[in-house]
Amino acid sequence: MAGSPDSPGNAGFEQPASFALDAESEAEIAKLVAKYPPGRQASAVIPSLYVVQRQMQRQTGSAWVPVKAMDAVAHRLGMAPIRVYEVATFYFMFNTRPIGKYHLQVCTTTPCWLRGSDEVTRTCRELTGIKGWGETSEDGMFTMTEVECLGACVNAPILQVDDDFYEDMDAEKVTALIAALRRGERPKVGSMAGRQGSAPEGGPTTLTTLSFAPEA
Amino acid sequence: MAKVTIDGIEVEVPNGSTIIQAAEAAGIEIPRFCYHERLSIAGNCRMCLVEVEKAPPKPIASCGYPVADGMVVHTDTPMVRNARRGVMEFLLINHPLDCPICDQGGECDLQDQAMGYGMDHSRYAENKRAVKDKNLGPLVKTVMTRCIHCTRCIRFITEVAGVPDLGATARGEHMEVGTYVEKALGSELSANIIDLCPVGALTSKPYAFVARPWELQKVDSIDVLDAVGANIRVDARGPEVLRILPRINEDVNEEWLGDKSRFSVDGLKRRRLDRPWVRVDGKLQPATWSEAFAAVHEKLRGVPGERIGAVAGNLCDAESMLALKELMVALGSSNLDCRQDGAKIDIARRDFYCFNTGIAGIEEADALLILGSNPRREAPVLNARIRKTWLNNGMPVGVVGTETELTYPVTALGAELSVLSGLIDGTHAFGKALRDAKKPMVIVGQAALARPDGSAVLAAAWKLAGEIGALAPDWHGFNVLHTAAARVGALDLGFVPGPRGRDLAGMLGGGVDVLWLLGADEFDTSAIGPNTFVIYQGHHGDAGAHRADVILPGAAYTEKHGTYVNTEGRVQHGFMAVYPPGEAREDWRIIRALSEMLGKTLPYDTLEAVRARLAQVNPAFANVGFLPRFGASDLTAPAGDPAAIGSEPLVPAIASYYQTDPISRASPTMAACVTAHAPATAIAAE
Repeated sequence: MAGSPDSPGNAGFEQPASFALDAESEAEIAKLVAKYPPGRQASAVIPSLYVVQRQMQRQTGSAWVPVKAMDAVAHRLGMAPIRVYEVATFYFMFNTRPIGKYHLQVCTTTPCWLRGSDEVTRTCRELTGIKGWGETSEDGMFTMTEVECLGACVNAPILQVDDDFYEDMDAEKVTALIAALRRGERPKVGSMAGRQGSAPEGGPTTLTTLSFAPEA
Repeated sequence: MAKVTIDGIEVEVPNGSTIIQAAEAAGIEIPRFCYHERLSIAGNCRMCLVEVEKAPPKPIASCGYPVADGMVVHTDTPMVRNARRGVMEFLLINHPLDCPICDQGGECDLQDQAMGYGMDHSRYAENKRAVKDKNLGPLVKTVMTRCIHCTRCIRFITEVAGVPDLGATARGEHMEVGTYVEKALGSELSANIIDLCPVGALTSKPYAFVARPWELQKVDSIDVLDAVGANIRVDARGPEVLRILPRINEDVNEEWLGDKSRFSVDGLKRRRLDRPWVRVDGKLQPATWSEAFAAVHEKLRGVPGERIGAVAGNLCDAESMLALKELMVALGSSNLDCRQDGAKIDIARRDFYCFNTGIAGIEEADALLILGSNPRREAPVLNARIRKTWLNNGMPVGVVGTETELTYPVTALGAELSVLSGLIDGTHAFGKALRDAKKPMVIVGQAALARPDGSAVLAAAWKLAGEIGALAPDWHGFNVLHTAAARVGALDLGFVPGPRGRDLAGMLGGGVDVLWLLGADEFDTSAIGPNTFVIYQGHHGDAGAHRADVILPGAAYTEKHGTYVNTEGRVQHGFMAVYPPGEAREDWRIIRALSEMLGKTLPYDTLEAVRARLAQVNPAFANVGFLPRFGASDLTAPAGDPAAIGSEPLVPAIASYYQTDPISRASPTMAACVTAHAPATAIAAE
């Protein structure tokens, strides 16, 4: 993810020769720019990069931001291209190299790790054939990335697929999820153990006697 | 004002100053890497930590901490020393131990400060990170592993140069300074990042592994490759000039220098004229000085004064031009010219041909019209000053001309000069912006003057300046930007056709029988009449020397004590750094020696005597270095009918920034720059 497109770590893939914002992206960026005072349109750079990353996903099936797309954002927002490169390379949510169809982001920070993220990682690797972080499976379906705390520790461990959280994972649920993804399905997001939000499993365990009846 | 006590020294500094500035005022040096007084404050190296009483009990970065009245600062306590040692240790964790093979060695801030705050060993046993080097073009060499991420180069390129090419990509351990996509830096001031870099990450590519700083003789001089007269330091070892660095002069170049002025230095060793030559049977043959002088003497005998002409080139010192002019007068000739481009300049008054506002004066301006000039290419250091002013006050800038990518936003008024009438009578929208300004400026470039209707343009520009209020008793906003370092000096000496004298065009095509070219190469030498005897006196085998019948080898600007007058009219002295090569001599001495042989001995034979004579001819030459600010006292316009402007659109005065004179044309580095920047790099003003 780091470094310039011509650095060795990023060799082995091709940058598209051109990139143009499509109508959908244009409309989204216009909405973003409108949130800021005139002349401050550069503030919209982060969401705009998301917009072009999603456009790449629509057009190529791989959600990433090529240099030409960064240039398009720079041009659209009246910024120097290097200022966009800086932002796009700073945040790891922007993929500066092509990824697979599904982006599996495994949280391995302490709460997820204590709750079994190692098992999630191992299962993902076994099922996709991916050896190391940041790699893409040979069939081009999956890219696996190690991410830091996703902020859903109550439902640890988390496996984020693209923009969606799948929570309360274990080996079995990962297997089912990946099988569904391979079939082109998107299971319902959230807790895979059937919890409502982050409520306790199997229903409330405290405050069960609380009555909401109006006081006499 | 705020009263601050720093290490027991009480100083008063303006409100809003930072502690590091107050310390500077108190004469206390605080170590720093990222802080630079001409750039914005980044505060990311943490080397300038100090202790402040009654502030949070932790070390405070003095570069970004504003002073308050009554503040007490300590810069040398055990806490401060320990904190700085800690910072230094972190900086050195990923810095390679390659000082012996690093070009920065001996002039490296990190090396120097590690002497004060570094440990004698490293506690870091892990692998150091390595960063791939970037290709920033033919001038700046990178060893990015040495980078300590001070971001001075990024801030300079973005803020001062106005060509935002550099940035910091990725983050944390993976952060890299670079262009992200490989490209040569698109700025004419790019090499200043070499001086700014506190470590050896950015060094000079042409100078790589050439010399160590302590081997060099450092001589103060004046740059002659554009008309700004940037103050430079010439570093020489033995007979060779190895590099040129800027010197600080707040009124002229601050501390910047254009790439051409810095890197044409290798042109001083190539294509040099190091011995006299005489054309025998149509072929130039090596000769001795006495043979060359004899050939000149022989030719000049019997030629009447009005059939002799002299042309002064763009790089000449005032001494040699004075000597040549007086020799010509003694020979009875008034065919003199210094305007090889044919610029129509009125020399009746000095403020008709000088940059009257002054380069530092630009900062006071609040509106600017550029007429027939591309300051970015013709005077990049001056252009940085315009950009600085625009950054400070957002002044409107209008450009009449073809080029509008000047590192600040401009209102393009087209290349047609007909727009001038609208600006003068105020019917044009931009004319109103100029009128609304308190201190408007007009810059007239050589592209506007070097055309048949040049004097009309000059008169129209003056009229415009008067109309918009640029000619006030306390503000002189009429400016001529020259491209030749010798031009203003030559005009001050009156190196222009005398009564009934011919100008350059009149001397060509057989207008004179003997033509003396003093370093003049910037006109079409094929237009010289076939029977004209050409004496070329200069230092490079360029256009003039190829046409010459006699070549008198002269000295380049680094090889003589010279007086130069910059476009402002500022008289400056450059000193000799090395001797001229071979048999070449200082130019005024050649003319003085020849005058004796011709029986017209010039009345000076020491440098002091020539300079005394210079001051006699024009008192301006007595005023070295210092330039008083003045207003417009006399509103009489220069000669010319503002209505007589032709319909020809303007064309750029110089085709390529990197090759404008014999020295830069002889320089392989400049040739590499031309290749690297073709086609011209696009810029995006930020």
